[in-house]
Amino acid sequence: MRVCQWRQLGRIGYGEALRIQRELVEKRKQGAIPDQLLLLEHPHVITLGRNGRLENLLATPAALERAGIEFFHTDRGGDITYHGPGQVVGYPILDLRGWRKDVVAYVRGLEQVIILALERFGLRGEREAGRTGVWIGGRKIAAIGVHVSRWVTSHGFAFNVSTDLSYFRYIVPCGLSAPVTSMWELGVRAGSEQVHVALVEAFARVFECEMISPVIPVEQAR
Amino acid sequence: MIDVVMPQMGESIVEGTVTRWLKKPGERVQRDEPLFEISTDKVDTEIPAPATGTLAEILVAEGQTVPINTVVARIDETAAEVAAPPAAAPAEAPAVESPAPSPLTERGPVGPVVATPERPAEVAEAPAEAVGPLSPLVRKMLREHNLDPRLIKGTGQGGRITKQDVEAFLAARAREAAAPQPPPTPAAPPVTAAAATPQPPAAAPEIPPVARPEPAKIRIEPMSIMRQKIAEHMILSKRTSAHVTTIHRVDMTRVARMRERYKSEVQQRYGFSLTYLPFITRAAAQALRAFPIVNASIEGNNIVYHNEINIGIAVALENGLIVPVIRNADEKSVIGLQRAIVDLATRARSRQLKPDEVHGGTFSITNFGSFGSLTATPIINQPQVAILGVGAVEKAPVVVDDDKIAIRSVCLLSLTFDHRLIDGALADQFMQKIKSVLENWSEEVL
Repeated sequence: MRVCQWRQLGRIGYGEALRIQRELVEKRKQGAIPDQLLLLEHPHVITLGRNGRLENLLATPAALERAGIEFFHTDRGGDITYHGPGQVVGYPILDLRGWRKDVVAYVRGLEQVIILALERFGLRGEREAGRTGVWIGGRKIAAIGVHVSRWVTSHGFAFNVSTDLSYFRYIVPCGLSAPVTSMWELGVRAGSEQVHVALVEAFARVFECEMISPVIPVEQAR
Repeated sequence: MIDVVMPQMGESIVEGTVTRWLKKPGERVQRDEPLFEISTDKVDTEIPAPATGTLAEILVAEGQTVPINTVVARIDETAAEVAAPPAAAPAEAPAVESPAPSPLTERGPVGPVVATPERPAEVAEAPAEAVGPLSPLVRKMLREHNLDPRLIKGTGQGGRITKQDVEAFLAARAREAAAPQPPPTPAAPPVTAAAATPQPPAAAPEIPPVARPEPAKIRIEPMSIMRQKIAEHMILSKRTSAHVTTIHRVDMTRVARMRERYKSEVQQRYGFSLTYLPFITRAAAQALRAFPIVNASIEGNNIVYHNEINIGIAVALENGLIVPVIRNADEKSVIGLQRAIVDLATRARSRQLKPDEVHGGTFSITNFGSFGSLTATPIINQPQVAILGVGAVEKAPVVVDDDKIAIRSVCLLSLTFDHRLIDGALADQFMQKIKSVLENWSEEVL
């Protein structure tokens, strides 16, 4: 069975996370490391995808700065989005040749991971035709944006757990004017740690891999 | 002319949108370097050039969507000024292993100016991939100056060699050539080989490395991810905690008798053998109840007391170790603990642990006694503050109460504790508690 290592990176800046991803993507391409799933959260940041339209940013750069929000142009698919505390961000670095050489199937797979994780908390995530992401009652709970280079993925999903949704007022999320939601807004007060575990287990099922957790060693090497 | 086509990025995908050209017509492209980007349903994909040459024409503009296999550009291969480098995809050539190691392979990357001019042929054959990916520019510079990339220290991302590194190397070589100094002797022993196998210099073979390949003195292989993680954690723990180890001798005779009495029954009824470990775990859980600070962790300037007693049991794997956790260990009987230990160890070895089974430990036990060790000083499993090491249980002559010598089952228990939080006296009281539970084992029902 393929192995996927998952790491919890805590709260790290968007730029730093980009750097880590680039490094891991390089190593993955060389075959130096197995597939990876990075779980983390970002401080307040708004990012614009390669095909994003700047008009979906509803605030001026100065206003963002005043609100303590960073702004990034980035190389993932998708339009504009917001990340911040309480949102679980997942960056899988997978070599799709080991799974299925199909980027659309991969995006559907990421949706399935979120849907399975939501199930663990009694919530029913849905897909909407032509609108990538996971939705509950017409509101988006998870956004997806991916980059692929030589079949190795980066970027991934952003899953609102206890996100302060008021920050989405600065943007038209993913260029769609549909509203967003979070687990907390839906009455499920889960912590990030619990959500991580649910996501990791769902990930193993969907991508048919064995999740290797960080090893906690004890014994002195003798 | 080589056609560049819109690739199919999945079974169900019939078209793609060109989002960006990374090269302009007339520009040189190297095989496998990113040429353009396409977009399909929230996925941006970089497409590498299929050949080396000049980008002759772009047929599909940015923003245009075309069916798969449509020709989007053409590359003129004949325009190649220089022969393509031995272009093996990095995936096919692992970074550290070149198929037939030349004598140069044995050399460390630090050797100053190692006779490069004498062996241009060999250098040309050396696969550039041995040092990781190189940019086309750097490859070209290396070719032009006949340099072995392994001799150049990379300062770019992931130790990648940059244009500046090559320039610095050339400058340094020029400086050294100008300075009056004896020429490098080819008979000098290879740097890393000498470091790996300490040998008097006289023992170094007097054969120049060019003459014939020596048998390799070392073998290099990358650490597994698990090994790397273990290494990280060990150092992290040593850096974090003030490790002190205290060792107590425990008379296990009573426990040994209990074990003898129930062994076959347990084997028959439950299908696993009864060891000493669940007794010790049970005693430790009781001691942790009595001394909650040993079940704590440090966060900043706070002491975090854990209300649950979750004991991690170190399990040796083929090439590493993992510490699955028995939750609420204080609520389990000896049999319950034995069952949990067997179950977690089995699943750890078959790699079937669930993520939440290796998290949330508040104390750890490591049983090196099962490998014959009498005692050891284990490293604390962060962020915990103590770990109990269990030595082998052996029969030994012991001086008992009225100065008689008796044969008893004894074992050494070691506790490594974090002296930042736990004082020596408390650590020893904790150990005395474990000792007293084990020596006066009173539970008749396991």
